Amino acid sequence: MDAVKKELTRKSKASRQDQRGKLISLACVTLIMLVVLSILYMITSKGLATFFENKMSIVDFFTKQVWNPSAKPQALVGALPMIVGSFSVTVLSALLAAPFAIATAIFMVDIAGKRGRKILQPVIELLVGIPSVVYGFIGLTVVVPFTRTVFGGTGFGILSGTFVLFVMVLPTVTSMYVDSLKAVPQFYREASLALGATRWQTIYKVIIRASIPGLLTAIIFGMARAFGEALAVQMVIGNASILPSDLVSPASTLTSVLTTGIGNTVLGTLPNNALWSLALVLLLMSLVFNLLTRFIGKKGAF
Amino acid sequence: MAKDIITAENVHLYYGQKEALHGISLGFPEKEITALIGPSGSGKSTFIRTLNRMSDLNPEVTVTGAIRLDGEDIYSPKTDTVELRKRVGMVFQQPNPFPFSVYDNVTYGLRLSGIKDKALLDQRVEESLKQAAVWDETKDHLKENALSFSGGQQQRICIARVLAVQPEIILLDEPTSALDPVSSAKVEDSLLAIKDQFTIAVVTHNMQQASRISDQTAFFLDGNLVEFSKTVDMFTHPEKQETSDYLNGKFG
Ligand SMILES: Nc1ncnc2c1ncn2[C@@H]1O[C@H](COP(=O)(O)OP(=O)(O)O)[C@@H](O)[C@H]1O
Ligand SMILES: [Mg+2]
Repeated sequence: MDAVKKELTRKSKASRQDQRGKLISLACVTLIMLVVLSILYMITSKGLATFFENKMSIVDFFTKQVWNPSAKPQALVGALPMIVGSFSVTVLSALLAAPFAIATAIFMVDIAGKRGRKILQPVIELLVGIPSVVYGFIGLTVVVPFTRTVFGGTGFGILSGTFVLFVMVLPTVTSMYVDSLKAVPQFYREASLALGATRWQTIYKVIIRASIPGLLTAIIFGMARAFGEALAVQMVIGNASILPSDLVSPASTLTSVLTTGIGNTVLGTLPNNALWSLALVLLLMSLVFNLLTRFIGKKGAF
Repeated sequence: MAKDIITAENVHLYYGQKEALHGISLGFPEKEITALIGPSGSGKSTFIRTLNRMSDLNPEVTVTGAIRLDGEDIYSPKTDTVELRKRVGMVFQQPNPFPFSVYDNVTYGLRLSGIKDKALLDQRVEESLKQAAVWDETKDHLKENALSFSGGQQQRICIARVLAVQPEIILLDEPTSALDPVSSAKVEDSLLAIKDQFTIAVVTHNMQQASRISDQTAFFLDGNLVEFSKTVDMFTHPEKQETSDYLNGKFG
């Protein structure tokens, strides 16, 4: 009897394994949390140091156009050109990518059939996986000369950045939108066809309409990617921190100024802190994109 | 019996190699309710979906025989399935309103035909929702998402959506099997209310429902039409042994 009782009250091997697994995952999660929190802390504290330690004006940061944090005696930290540059390439590339993504995704889900999807899916996934330096390199050798001959100017600028980012975000937006189209129940298609709709009417009056939240989420994801992309943009945008007056003259983005500047500054000085402030803006924007997708995600199922 | 508006003549249907309908011949009298009953898997859905060519959506399907709507074979190459489906509407087992407002659901078919006149749309919405017996519940919420209504209300909105197009024939595939008894009764009421204007074919595995609402009943078994007669006759003295067994609950 005692043996049975002992056997019953003893933790089984499975439950001990369970506990060990729990402990390991907990440790990993804690580690990740620590890393994320320290990154957040570091960017925030350094980014704010520009304003609190170096006493630069926040208003100037967002409204002034001259970026020269190492100027003497008065440093200038006007980030407006980069902010405008970043938003321009982001919005333009997303606007350009959206119709292509919609068309491609619709084709994959509702027109091409299983076999077409089997071919296109890996192509899209491959495009997502190409390193950004490759895109930048192609941009430099193909897109910049193309922009120069077709649209004039040096070829470097927001337009080239837009084109390169367009190609980079297109697969992301497409594959996300494909997922949301697949989630639109088949019976909506049936209901529409049974009411005498053509396939095309069904697509644009029901399927696209039902999947608008998913489409917006996909586009915002693409925008987040475009906003944060550094290398490829830096290679084609011209890197002049002046307020862009047109799309074909050299400009800059938050990321391009960061990547070009970070090696030339000393930790703890204003020029370095000013770059952290740019990073803080990037961080806040990615937070905004994140919240937006969450907000939209709550509103609709597809 | 009134004259048949749509008739199936020796309809065979194959899913790939597998024959699911073994030569069905059946006519639907105008402005009456015909119930299709039979155990599950007997081919009721398969058959009803041939009547508006929804079966075409499955590329595996082949249909032989003829289905005549006002004398014209709907399987002839010159049939326009879009026009056909406007004349032969369909309500599905699972309520499937679009995730739009009630108003947009009911006007969907009309807008497809290019009708934009607001007054006409409004009028049809009211008329159809009334016919489907769901007007009182929806009239103050026409701009609300149709999915926010109960299952029974959704199903009646779906019926209204079909009625708005003013089809000649309405096919319903187990329209109440996903609903509770109270909602089912309301759907039945609305079918009875509209039967003097539309020809109705309703699949049901609820025999009481068939006996309550239908004028004639077709009994399907294993892809065959076993018996087809006036509902009263079939339920009081069925001709075939299988029919009698089924009605007495010996299988199904
Ligand atoms: N898409 C399909 N592919 C292959 N076989 C099918 C398909 N749909 C139905 N069947 C078969 O056809 C027969 C009739 O099914 P169905 O028409 O759904 O019956 P019911 O509606 O009477 O329950 C069944 O044997 C079923 O397995
Ligand atoms: Mg069925």
